[in-house]
Amino acid sequence: MIELKPLSPATGLLPLDIGGVTLREAEMAALTLIAPYMGREAQLTEALEAAHGLGWPQAGETSASGAARLIWFGRKQAVLVGAAASAKLAAHAALTDQSDAWSCVVLEGAGARDVLARLAPLDMRDVAFPVGATARTEVFHMACSITRIEAQSWQIMGFRSMAKTLVHDLQVAMEGVAARAKPALT
Amino acid sequence: MRLAGKGLINRNKRVRFCFDGRDYEGFEGDTLASALLANGVTLMARSFKYHRPRGVLTAGSEEPNALVTVGKGSSQDPNVRATVQEIYEGLEAVSQNRWPSLDFDVMAVNDLGAPFLGAGFYYKTFMWPKAFWEKLYEPVIRRAAGLGAISGAPIEDKYERAFAHCDVLVIGSGPTGLMAALTAAEAGADVLLAEEDSALGGRLLSESGEIDGIPARDWAAAMAEKLAGMDNVRLMTRTSVTGAYDGGTYGALERVAHHRPLAKGLPKECFWRIAAKRTVLAAGALERPVAFQNNDRPGVMMASALRAYVNRWNVAPGQKIALFGNNDSIHDVAADLLAAGVHIAALIDSRAEATCALDVPFYAGAQVCGTDGRKQLEAVSIARASGVEKVLVDCLGMSGGWNPTLHLTCHMNGRPEWREEIAAFVPKVGMVPGLMAAGACNGAFSTAACLGEGVGAAQAACEALGLEAKAPKLPSAENRPYRIAPLWAVAGKGRAWLDFQNDVTVKDVKQAAVENFRSVEHMKRYTTQGMATDQGKNSNVQALAVLADATGRGIPETGTTTYRPPFTPVAIAAMAAGAADKGFAPERFTTSHRLTVAANAPQIEAGLWYRPSYFPAKGETTWRQSCDREVGYVRQAVGICDVSTLGKIDIKGKDAGAFLDFLYTNMFSTLKVGRVRYGLMLREDGHVMDDGTTARLADDHFVMTTTTAAAGEVMKHMEFVSQGLRPDMDMRFASVTEQWAQFAVAGPKARALLNEVLDSPIDGESWPFMACGPVKLGGVDGRLFRISFSGEHAYEVAVPARYGESLFATLKARAEALGGGVYGMEALNVLRIEKGFITHAEIHGRVTAFDIGMQGMLSKKKDFIGKAAAQRAGLLEEDREMLVGLKPLGAVKQLMAGAHLYNAGAEPVRQSNQGYITSVGFSPTLGTYLGLGFLRGGRARHGETVQMVDHVRGVATTCEVCHPVFLDPEGERSRD
Repeated sequence: MIELKPLSPATGLLPLDIGGVTLREAEMAALTLIAPYMGREAQLTEALEAAHGLGWPQAGETSASGAARLIWFGRKQAVLVGAAASAKLAAHAALTDQSDAWSCVVLEGAGARDVLARLAPLDMRDVAFPVGATARTEVFHMACSITRIEAQSWQIMGFRSMAKTLVHDLQVAMEGVAARAKPALT
Repeated sequence: MRLAGKGLINRNKRVRFCFDGRDYEGFEGDTLASALLANGVTLMARSFKYHRPRGVLTAGSEEPNALVTVGKGSSQDPNVRATVQEIYEGLEAVSQNRWPSLDFDVMAVNDLGAPFLGAGFYYKTFMWPKAFWEKLYEPVIRRAAGLGAISGAPIEDKYERAFAHCDVLVIGSGPTGLMAALTAAEAGADVLLAEEDSALGGRLLSESGEIDGIPARDWAAAMAEKLAGMDNVRLMTRTSVTGAYDGGTYGALERVAHHRPLAKGLPKECFWRIAAKRTVLAAGALERPVAFQNNDRPGVMMASALRAYVNRWNVAPGQKIALFGNNDSIHDVAADLLAAGVHIAALIDSRAEATCALDVPFYAGAQVCGTDGRKQLEAVSIARASGVEKVLVDCLGMSGGWNPTLHLTCHMNGRPEWREEIAAFVPKVGMVPGLMAAGACNGAFSTAACLGEGVGAAQAACEALGLEAKAPKLPSAENRPYRIAPLWAVAGKGRAWLDFQNDVTVKDVKQAAVENFRSVEHMKRYTTQGMATDQGKNSNVQALAVLADATGRGIPETGTTTYRPPFTPVAIAAMAAGAADKGFAPERFTTSHRLTVAANAPQIEAGLWYRPSYFPAKGETTWRQSCDREVGYVRQAVGICDVSTLGKIDIKGKDAGAFLDFLYTNMFSTLKVGRVRYGLMLREDGHVMDDGTTARLADDHFVMTTTTAAAGEVMKHMEFVSQGLRPDMDMRFASVTEQWAQFAVAGPKARALLNEVLDSPIDGESWPFMACGPVKLGGVDGRLFRISFSGEHAYEVAVPARYGESLFATLKARAEALGGGVYGMEALNVLRIEKGFITHAEIHGRVTAFDIGMQGMLSKKKDFIGKAAAQRAGLLEEDREMLVGLKPLGAVKQLMAGAHLYNAGAEPVRQSNQGYITSVGFSPTLGTYLGLGFLRGGRARHGETVQMVDHVRGVATTCEVCHPVFLDPEGERSRD
C-alpha cells in the first residue's frame, strides 16, 4: 500500500511576523459547506442545534459552540469549521467537503486592521465588524472570506491554489504598515 | 532672505538639499519654495509655451509656476510643486522645461515670437498637409512646450492603496475644519480629518490674528493636540482629498514619503478610498491674481503667499515690497510684513475710497499697470488718474480677491452659483449628496464666521447620523466684513497673464471671443486655459470674467467650466498600486507545481493557472523532442498529467439530474450511478458554451467537469439558471475545483499502474470505459473516473488536494518504472488533436453544435438552454464553416494555427476565404502535422485539397481535408 503525505496549502510560506503583526496558517480543520435544500431550513436549524449546538448564521454572522464554528458563506450557505458534519444534516442540506479547498490564515496584532484596510474594501471598524462578524469580500484581487475571530485576530480564507498570492499580498501590506510605524531616518 | 521671528521652522535643524546641481541649506519645516526664497533664489521655472522666467506664485498646492522634478531614474517625479515639497536631507530637485539651463534657456526665443503664438495659432497654422500634424508638427511643438518628463524606466518605488471608513469626513483643517471635527467627535461620531498640508491649521499657520485671545496658530496647535488625543478621531496630514464619487466615497492621496528618504517597505504615496456617511468640506479659499502687463515676473506673487512666507517660514521674498489689491486683505498682509520688519515700498489699493491706517506709501484708486525686469522684478508702474509712477521694488504681492475652494462640490456635475457681494462662485446645497460646504469654501471669509459654520455643518452631519451634537461656546475671533471691488484685468497694452501655467493672456481670451468661441467651455479648449496640473485654480474665474466682458454678458450668464477629479495631481502609480507585473492578477498553482518546477518544466498560463508546457529530459534541445517523447508515453506505455485545473462542480439534491438535463443539450437524468457521460452546454443564443464530462456518484449526487478556462463562466451560468430560470428545482451545487487534485493516468499500462497505487485492484469488468466511483489510495478516500482525453485506455484519479503533491510524485515514479512518465500541455494538445477532441480553440464562442458535428447531441426529448436558438435557419446552413481535419500534402509540411483556408488555385484574399485553422500539432504517432479547423461546408469536402495561407508568418501549405478524428476513429483503444 502506498503512503500519501498531506501538505497544507501555505506550506513553506508561513508564519510571518512583521512589525508586531503576525500571519500564520490555521491548522487544517474539517470544512463542510452546508447548503439547505428547498424548504428545509427549519429542519436543518433543528438538526444543527441537536448535532452541533449551532444556530444557522444570518448574513454576515457566525455562530460558535466549543471548537465548532458555522460561518455564513454566501447566499443560503454556511461553512462548518472545526467539527466533522453530522450525517444527520444530509437529509436537509447538500454537504460538500471543502477541507482541502481553502487556505486558512490568521492575521493578528495591533496593526492587523490597518493591514486589512490595504486589501479589503470593507468597513472593519468595531461598530461595523465586531468579533464574530464575517464577510465574503475581496483581498486585493482575490475573492475571500474574512471572519473576525478575536478583537485583534482575523481569519482569512482564500482559494487553496492562490495561497502564495494571498500570503504575498498580505506580506506587502504588512510591510507597508510596519514601515510607516518607524520614524523617518532623518 | 531669512527673517528673525518665530515661524514654524526648526532653526536648530539645518537641512541640506540640492536644486539644479547647487547645494543649499534650509531648516526643518521648510518647503522647497520657502528654502529657495530664503537662499535668494527667485527664478524657479520656465513657462509652458513662451519659456518666460518664472518664480513662485503661491505657497500651496495650487502653485502653477514652480514645478520641479524630484529624484532620479525610475524614482523620478516630474511636476512636483515646490510649494508642497518639504525639504529633507539629501533632497535633489531640478527645474523643468528649459535648455541648457534655467538661467539661459534658448527656447525663450518663443517669447519673441509671441505675437504669432497666441490662442489657436497651432490649429490655424499647421493645418496643411493633413498628415503632417500628427507626424511632424505636433511632435516638434510638444518638444518645445511642456512640463516635466518621466524617466521611462519601470517604477521600482512602492505605492499603496487603502480603504478608510468614517461617520464624518472633514476635508481641511483651518478654523472651520478644526471646529467641525471637534464638534462631531465630541458628539461621538468617528471623524476622519484630512489635511493636505503637513500640519493642521490651514491659513491660521500663516496669519497673525488671535482666536480666544491667543495667537491663532497656538489655538490651532491646541485644537490639533486635543483631536489627536481622541480615540474616535483619525488625523491624516499630507493627504489631499482628490475626488468626490458616488455613495459618499472620496479619493484621497496621502504623500507618505515625499518628505523623507524612502525606507524599505515604505510606500511613496498611498491612494485612499474613503467611505464617509457625511462630509464637511472645509477646504478654504484660494486667492486670485489680477491680470496686468507682465504680471508674471519672478517676484510677483499672491499677497497671501507673501504673508505665509514671512509668518510661517520667516522668509522675506524681497527687500522692497509692494502690495496691490482690490480688497481689505492686502492691508492685513501689509501689517504682518511691517511687524516682521519688511520694508513696504507701496500699498496700492484699486478702490478709490480705500483708506490706510499703516505708515506706508499708500496709493488709493490706483492700479499696477506694468512691471520691469526679466529674471527678477525690478519695478512696478502704478497708474493713477494723475499719471503713471514707477516704483522700484523686487517683490509684489497681489490680491484680486478670494475664490472659495469648491472644486470637490462640482465632481458630480453640480454647478456653483455666483454671489455678487463677494464676487465669487459658491457651492449650492446638495451638489454632492451628504456633503456640506462650510467656512471660506462656502463664501464665509471672517474667522468668526468660519468657526461658526464649522460647528453648524458638524451639527447637521451628526443629526443626520442620529447623534446629538452640542453647540460649544464659540471661540472669539475677528469678524470683519469682506470688502471687495471686482478687478479682473488692468486695462492696457501688452500681455497680461491670466493662466500662468498655460501661458494664457487676456488677449488670448478676447481673441477666442472674437473667433466666436464664446462658450466658456470652448474658450477653455481654444486657449488651453485651466488645463495641466493646477487645473485653472489660479485663473478660471478671472478668465471667464474677461470672457464675460468681451462677450457683453454677465458672469452668471457666462458660467464656469466644470471641475473634475483629481483636485491635485495623483500619480497613476498610486492608483494602480500593487497591480504592476504579477500583481495584475492572482497566480493559481496546482498541487504538483513545486515538482513540475523542480523538473524544469516551462510554465504556460491557462487563465490564472500555471501548467507545465513540457518536461525536458537530458539531451533534449527542443520542446518538440520532449513533446514527441511524452506523446509516446501515452501511446505506448503510460503518461501522467495534472488535470486539476479543470472546473469541478458538485451537484446534489433530488432535482440534480433534471437540472443537468436543462443545462446540457443531452440527457443526464438517465445516467446510471457509477457512470460518466460527455455533455455539451449551449448559451441562450444557441452557440456552444462549454463541454466536459459529468459523473453520477449517487442518485442525487453528480460531479460536473468544465474546461479550465470556462470554469468560472459555467459556475456563473449555473447560478443564473438556478436563481433566475429554474428556482423551482430542489438542488444545490458547489465548486470543488480546489478540493480535489486530479491526475490523468493514460496509456496501455494505465490500469497496471493504478493497480500499484489503489488499495483494491480494478479490472475491465469492474471499471469499464466511462465508469466512475470511490476508491482508496493508501487509506485515503479518492475518486476514480475511466475517461480519456487522449483516446487511450485512461483514467482520472482524484484525491483531496492535501495529498496532491504526494500522489503526483508516486504516479510519476511508478510511470517512469513502467517506461512512461509525466506529460505537459504540449503533449496533451497533440494527443487530443490526433483524436479530434475539441477545446476552446474550437468552441471559441462563434460556433454551434452543428458546426462541430455534434448536432446529434441536441436532444429532441426535452427542453434545454439554447435549444430554440440553435434551430434558427442560418445556423443550420450547409455552407457554414464546419470542423474538419487537415493534413499537409505538398513539399511544405507546416500547418499554422490562425492561418486561413482557400480553395486550390483561388487568390488568397479576404473575399475568397473558406475558413481557418484553430489547432495544430506534430503527431509523432502518424509522423505528420495535423490540424483542426473550420471550412465552409467542410463535412462534405473530405478528400478535397485546399491551400492554407498564413499571411502574418508568410507560410503557404497545400492540405488535404479529412475527418477530424485522425486516430482510432472507432475508439477501440479507450475501450480495451
